[in-house]
Amino acid sequence: MTSALLEVDGVTLQYKTPRHLVTATYRVDFSVHQGDRYVILGPSGCGKSTLLKSVGGFMPPVEGSIRIRGREVAAPGPDRMMVFQEFEQLMPWKTVFQNVLFPMTVTRKFKRADAVERANAAIDKVKLSGFRDIYPHMLSGGMKMRVAIARAMALEPDILLMDEPFAALDALTRRTMQQELLSLWEQLRFTVLFVTHSIEEAIIVGSRILVLSPHPGRVRAELDAGDLGLSNIDRPEFGAMSKRIHNLLFGAEELRAAEPEEARA
Amino acid sequence: MTIDLRHEPAPLARRPEFEIEPTEAVTVGNVERPLSVAERILNNELVQRVAILLALIAIWEVYARWLNNSLLFPTFTETIATFWRDLRNGELVDRTVTSLRTLVIGYAFGLVLAAVMTTFAVASGIGTRILSTLTAMFNPLPAIALLPLALIWFGLGTPSLVFVIVHSVLWAVALNTLSGFRSVPETLRMSGRNVGLKGARYVGLILIPAAFPSILAGLKIGWAFAWRTLVAAELVFGVSARSGGIGWYIFEARNDLDTATVFSGLLTVILIGLVVESVIFRFIEARTVNLWGMQR
Repeated sequence: MTSALLEVDGVTLQYKTPRHLVTATYRVDFSVHQGDRYVILGPSGCGKSTLLKSVGGFMPPVEGSIRIRGREVAAPGPDRMMVFQEFEQLMPWKTVFQNVLFPMTVTRKFKRADAVERANAAIDKVKLSGFRDIYPHMLSGGMKMRVAIARAMALEPDILLMDEPFAALDALTRRTMQQELLSLWEQLRFTVLFVTHSIEEAIIVGSRILVLSPHPGRVRAELDAGDLGLSNIDRPEFGAMSKRIHNLLFGAEELRAAEPEEARA
Repeated sequence: MTIDLRHEPAPLARRPEFEIEPTEAVTVGNVERPLSVAERILNNELVQRVAILLALIAIWEVYARWLNNSLLFPTFTETIATFWRDLRNGELVDRTVTSLRTLVIGYAFGLVLAAVMTTFAVASGIGTRILSTLTAMFNPLPAIALLPLALIWFGLGTPSLVFVIVHSVLWAVALNTLSGFRSVPETLRMSGRNVGLKGARYVGLILIPAAFPSILAGLKIGWAFAWRTLVAAELVFGVSARSGGIGWYIFEARNDLDTATVFSGLLTVILIGLVVESVIFRFIEARTVNLWGMQR
């Protein structure tokens, strides 16, 4: 048993809109271990993205604590690299290569020559070597996402925070990206905290799944999906896990009435 | 296709499935073809612009000849002849240099002030509100309306001109830059802060390039405002300066009822505007916002 890399303890998050004070999550506990593919799953409005932003240091909890390697999270930092859903996260004024290089140069974590070498290696890993000197506006959505992942991983963060990274992609590209993320994980064994609202994606991508209930987000369950993935998507175990999560989220009685969410994907 | 509700629905039309191995793309033929010379010439922006200019000149010449009154409306050839004469004897160059010198000083001052003010404005919410209140107050105020005041404060001469130019540049540039900063996407801001950028480095490395299209638009508007203000101000009191600028050149010619020279002065103003827009600003655009795909 390894010790926890990220510990989230009784975290309550609130944010203000012009008219309301919204409680996004209420006393959420979980811990992520080294090498986990930890998925936070929940319906919209369960505060999962807010939780991720809080781990990223963009939003302090009103109650509870977030610790990474024992240190309290106080501000955004390059030890927790975020990958966002939107394609706007790349800097349009920098080429693919410059985008990947940028975090390494501003944080001065690596020497210039090392940084260049690492950037090239990361671009190779996500199979974009042919697009090294291209500006982001000429890339497809999936390619932009790969650049964002390469940029985050080149910095060797303690943990990769992914906020519904594939949600804006079409279903086919999304499947390819899930595959690529998993094969990158096989090679590099990084730790990732991944937020999604798709049950299927949670089972494919995740090794641990934290199920949150909505309004405000509270922990409903933590499940082990380490053995389930793309290879056994057609197996009964996969279906059983999917059904179990569905029941946790919506309750058993609604199961027959509701069309399975993933029928479209 | 009609949908008939009265009858039983027709069964699905079942038919055999098939799969085909994709053929080599090479056999499809020319996927891309270079454009012909004629197509490329017609698509060239410069060619199109020159054609527009030539058409305008032709209309001018024909109308002026038909009117046949060089006191009211000299022909293009007459204007060009005067323009060439004053260019050769150095008068026009002197006047233009005088104007441009004042203009560049005022423009530079205005930009520096705008940069300082917007940097303070993005630093805090109250700063933003101070700047937006100031721009709302002063942006609609015509710079030329401040000229009498400037004359009292700074006397006749360049300082007064610089003052009104700064006023005309500052608010336009500040307004555009601030709105550019405010429209930078949240994800881009967060990915900047994620790697630990703060303060001036954050403004310089994230906000300025991300807001560059707006900033550039502000620079262009500021330039045009400055140029207009300067020419107008010179028309009012250019006589005071040791050697007047282009506005004074126009004013003098009008007093002499030398309309061709007035036109040649106006032509100079237009030419400088065209050069700045289509050479300097085009150059900056091609290397920044166009290259980055932020603007087509």
